[in-house]
Amino acid sequence: MDAGTVGAISTVLVTIAFFGVCFWAFSPKLKKRFEEDAKLPFADDEEQKPTATQAKNNQTDDDGRK
Amino acid sequence: MGSHATVAGDPPAYDFDIVRKFSIMTIVWGIFGMGVGVFIAAELVWPGLNDLLQPYTGFGRLRPLHTNAVIFAFGGCALFATSYYVVQRTCQTTLFGGWLVPFTFWGWQAVIVLAAITLPQGMTSAKEYAELEWPIDILLAVVWISYAIVFFGTIVKRRTSHIYVANWFYGGFIVTVAVLHIVNSAAIPVTLTKSYSAYAGAADAMVQWWYGHNAVGFFLTAGFLGMMYYFVPKQAGRPVYSYQLSIVHFWALISLYIWAGSHHLHYSALPDWTQSLGMVMSLILLAPSWGGMINGIMTLSGAWHKLRTDPTLRFLVVALSFYGMSTFEGPMMAIKNVNALSHNTDWTVGHVHSGALGWVAMISIGAVYHMIPKLFNREEMFSVKLINAHFWLATVGTVLYVVAMWINGIGQGLMWRAFNPDGSLTYSFIETVVFSKGGYLMRFIGGAFFLSGMLIMAYNTYRTVKAANEAAATNQPVQAPAV
Repeated sequence: MDAGTVGAISTVLVTIAFFGVCFWAFSPKLKKRFEEDAKLPFADDEEQKPTATQAKNNQTDDDGRK
Repeated sequence: MGSHATVAGDPPAYDFDIVRKFSIMTIVWGIFGMGVGVFIAAELVWPGLNDLLQPYTGFGRLRPLHTNAVIFAFGGCALFATSYYVVQRTCQTTLFGGWLVPFTFWGWQAVIVLAAITLPQGMTSAKEYAELEWPIDILLAVVWISYAIVFFGTIVKRRTSHIYVANWFYGGFIVTVAVLHIVNSAAIPVTLTKSYSAYAGAADAMVQWWYGHNAVGFFLTAGFLGMMYYFVPKQAGRPVYSYQLSIVHFWALISLYIWAGSHHLHYSALPDWTQSLGMVMSLILLAPSWGGMINGIMTLSGAWHKLRTDPTLRFLVVALSFYGMSTFEGPMMAIKNVNALSHNTDWTVGHVHSGALGWVAMISIGAVYHMIPKLFNREEMFSVKLINAHFWLATVGTVLYVVAMWINGIGQGLMWRAFNPDGSLTYSFIETVVFSKGGYLMRFIGGAFFLSGMLIMAYNTYRTVKAANEAAATNQPVQAPAV
């Protein structure tokens, strides 16, 4: 195999890997899970946990982003 | 799938002593490293300063001391402090490793002190950002592997099911820096203080810049992105804008950065295809860099008003703005035609400092201001006004520095390649030096601004810690911090 072929094959493999990561990360099935994971920095923090009102506001903002 | 964020029981009493030590040393080494930087900036304006104590105070001796002190001492301590803090809190467990934990602190300080002793004496392997001679390199490798054991051991014993994205970035940074350091520092020792690289010629240059650029990509970027993914959401009081984007960001960034190093060797003896590869990979790198920056900045959407009252948050957000700016500038400078103008000029120095002062230092400063009150049981820093003063000194200082180097760099590049019709050079080298003098003065002033901000930070921290000690001594119940 010459360098050109190795280059072509690795380009294809890296492209597949990249799209694989994208599809996995953005798959609708995992959306809820990742939203929970994003709250991890606040999980050990009683005082900074968003209050009910803040949580509601965040929800509104999140809806606005969709 | 259940909630990943909650675990049974209360979070444990974290190991904050080590975080306190590294946080304080971040400030101490920041002042030292930036102080040396301001001094060598002054040497370029007033060359007589080189002769203050020859040969130790010559620019060539002190410049590696400056770069090592700010990157590895200041930046390194900030990375140790924040990674130990973040990994404990997001894994809701104490640090793994027992005596290895204090060893990483004392070992790291020993490396820095040895660097400060050897570099001014001219003991150097002459590899940029890897100047330390082989015995110190070995100590550094041992400390770094201990760091990896502590960090990954803590992740293994975590009480949460998910590994938060900040830890992925910290983990990627720790593993890659270990590989980079060990490969690039491979050398044949001749005496205790002299060694020769295990590589030769163009291969040596390629290994060096594979190391050099990934020191930027992993030490100065991936690690600090870990900081960003924890401290920006925390300080803004809301989760990161898109967790999904952060996953793509991580994998894209670490798989691309490793290829970009050869852009440091454009038009050199390196094979042409390697140069082109470095250029193309650098251009593609813009995508994950900006994806991450947007993810960080958009975390504030709906909370922008906090920027008006919270200078710590301002540090974090302006850091992201400078990150966006320098990760646009970087790919542009990696284009061969642009590099033909910018290479070896002050433009490069300006680019590095827009990243180092604007991104790395500002995100670290923001993170330390976030941590100090929590580490010392205080509600907030001694003075928020002084944080604000620091913020403006740092921002104005960085802008002065970067603009001065743009002017100098583009001017130098254009003068160096100006030809007369008969083919001779239009300008002698000394004419470009004379041209640069104004920019050097402006850079010195910008650097002094940034350094004075750090002195204010030291005072503010001293007063915060003093108040904490006094409160502890008089047994006054302090207001419970947000632990």
